[in-house]
Amino acid sequence: MCGTCGCGQNDQPIRILKPGEENHPHSYIHAHDHSHDGKIHAHNHDHKYAHNHGFDDADHQHEHLHEHQHDSDSHDHSHSQNHDHDCGCNNEHSHDGHHHNETAGHKHGRQISIEEDALHRNDLTAQRNRGYFEAKNLFVVNLVSSPGSGKTSLLEKTIAAVKGKTEIYVIEGDQQTMNDANRIKAAGAPVVQINTGNGCHLDADMVHKATKKLEMTDKSVLIIENVGNLVCPSLFDLGESKRVVVISVTEGDDKPLKYPTMFQTSDICIINKTDLLPYVDFDVAKAREYALRVNPNLMFFELSVKTGQGMEAWIDWLLVGF
Amino acid sequence: MHEFSIAIGIIEIVNQHAEKAEAHIVNEIEIEVGELSGVVLDAMEFAMESAKKGTLAENAGIVFHYIKGRGQCRDCGKAFDLQNVFDPCPFCGAFNPEVKQGKELRVKAINVD
Ligand SMILES: Nc1nc2c(ncn2[C@@H]2O[C@H](COP(=O)(O)OP(=O)(O)OP(=O)(O)O)[C@@H](O)[C@H]2O)c(=O)[nH]1
Ligand SMILES: [Mg+2]
Ligand SMILES: [Zn+2]
Ligand SMILES: [Zn+2]
Ligand SMILES: [Zn+2]
Ligand SMILES: [Zn+2]
Ligand SMILES: [Zn+2]
Ligand SMILES: [Zn+2]
Ligand SMILES: [Zn+2]
Ligand SMILES: [Zn+2]
Ligand SMILES: [Zn+2]
Repeated sequence: MCGTCGCGQNDQPIRILKPGEENHPHSYIHAHDHSHDGKIHAHNHDHKYAHNHGFDDADHQHEHLHEHQHDSDSHDHSHSQNHDHDCGCNNEHSHDGHHHNETAGHKHGRQISIEEDALHRNDLTAQRNRGYFEAKNLFVVNLVSSPGSGKTSLLEKTIAAVKGKTEIYVIEGDQQTMNDANRIKAAGAPVVQINTGNGCHLDADMVHKATKKLEMTDKSVLIIENVGNLVCPSLFDLGESKRVVVISVTEGDDKPLKYPTMFQTSDICIINKTDLLPYVDFDVAKAREYALRVNPNLMFFELSVKTGQGMEAWIDWLLVGF
Repeated sequence: MHEFSIAIGIIEIVNQHAEKAEAHIVNEIEIEVGELSGVVLDAMEFAMESAKKGTLAENAGIVFHYIKGRGQCRDCGKAFDLQNVFDPCPFCGAFNPEVKQGKELRVKAINVD
């Protein structure tokens, strides 16, 4: 099963494409990279026949309900060595629900302590990305927000503003379409589009793959526009240098309180569409106060991508960072 | 639903350890989920049920250990329950808690045969 979209069906594959490549279906990269090498991978457990497990031990009372299936009848499970049923208990434990009956007071089988962070794997890949970015002297920004806050518009203006000062590359994350990548290409920056299918966030592995396609020169800026979503992307480190959260004044000024994890994990908060302030109820001071409650170290840029007001400070920050 | 990709990650971790232990079946998976971890427990339960399909953990019972949020005020030093990472200190009102527990999202143990 696919780790991002959860597709067992493969109906929504992850696609990583440069503009133009979408017309060549044979060049699609299907990003199912979780190791299919032999034993580790679970999909290889492809079974044909169902059978119940019995115990070698004839006189014991347990009725094991793990009824998994195997491809050949000859596959023989011997439980005798690991099951220690001297306890003589009579409890029938079924393994098909959660909240195992712990009141039975004992467990069968072998207990293995793991104590491993569930996001460990993504974090490792993110650290690898970070090492690569640092070695190449890349300044990498992970741009996160709700849908429609103006991320792609900000990028279009940013690309124009840094022209001649630095190379700038873009990775676009959207569930579907090449639209944003096409806008970035038209604005003049090399771009790779990641379509996540059902996935609501980018992960470090997708960025790793997209990065390979970009072939960036050293000492450049890379901006990753994440999938529009204020929840999921906050948990997935991509290896970025800085995380930038964008909110627009057409949203509620209490966004930072509603989506605290995103604001807590960001370094910069851009408040966009300030040209609309006269027409909306958005209270900038309140939004800043809420955001600082969640993250006292957050830095702000208030700007309007549309009018260009406030854009210089953002561009200066980007160029200094790089 | 980020819970889904987290669930897939958990199953990968579980299967790796199970293979290493030369187990052929996973009976139970114990997961610690903190109140402040950013995942919704219901969604996590649902995601685990579908993520385990077709793996060694197909019939495994999933035991969630839910860990309550606890924080300590950076200003007055008192400890208190946290429902959100930004909750104010109930004693002095400062918005500056240090999270002491509740951010956990980890695979604690498995039981295998
Ligand atoms: N008035 C005003 N509109 C803006 C501003 N910036 C962006 N917009 C508009 O907001 C809409 C969404 O902009 P996008 O740049 O596509 O937003 P996005 O965050 O990339 O959207 P997704 O990729 O779909 O999440 C467009 O209609 C933009 O023209 C601004 O500063 N002021
Ligand atoms: Mg966009
Ligand atoms: Zn697979
Ligand atoms: Zn998939
Ligand atoms: Zn027993
Ligand atoms: Zn989600
Ligand atoms: Zn997600
Ligand atoms: Zn088996
Ligand atoms: Zn428990
Ligand atoms: Zn206090
Ligand atoms: Zn068994």
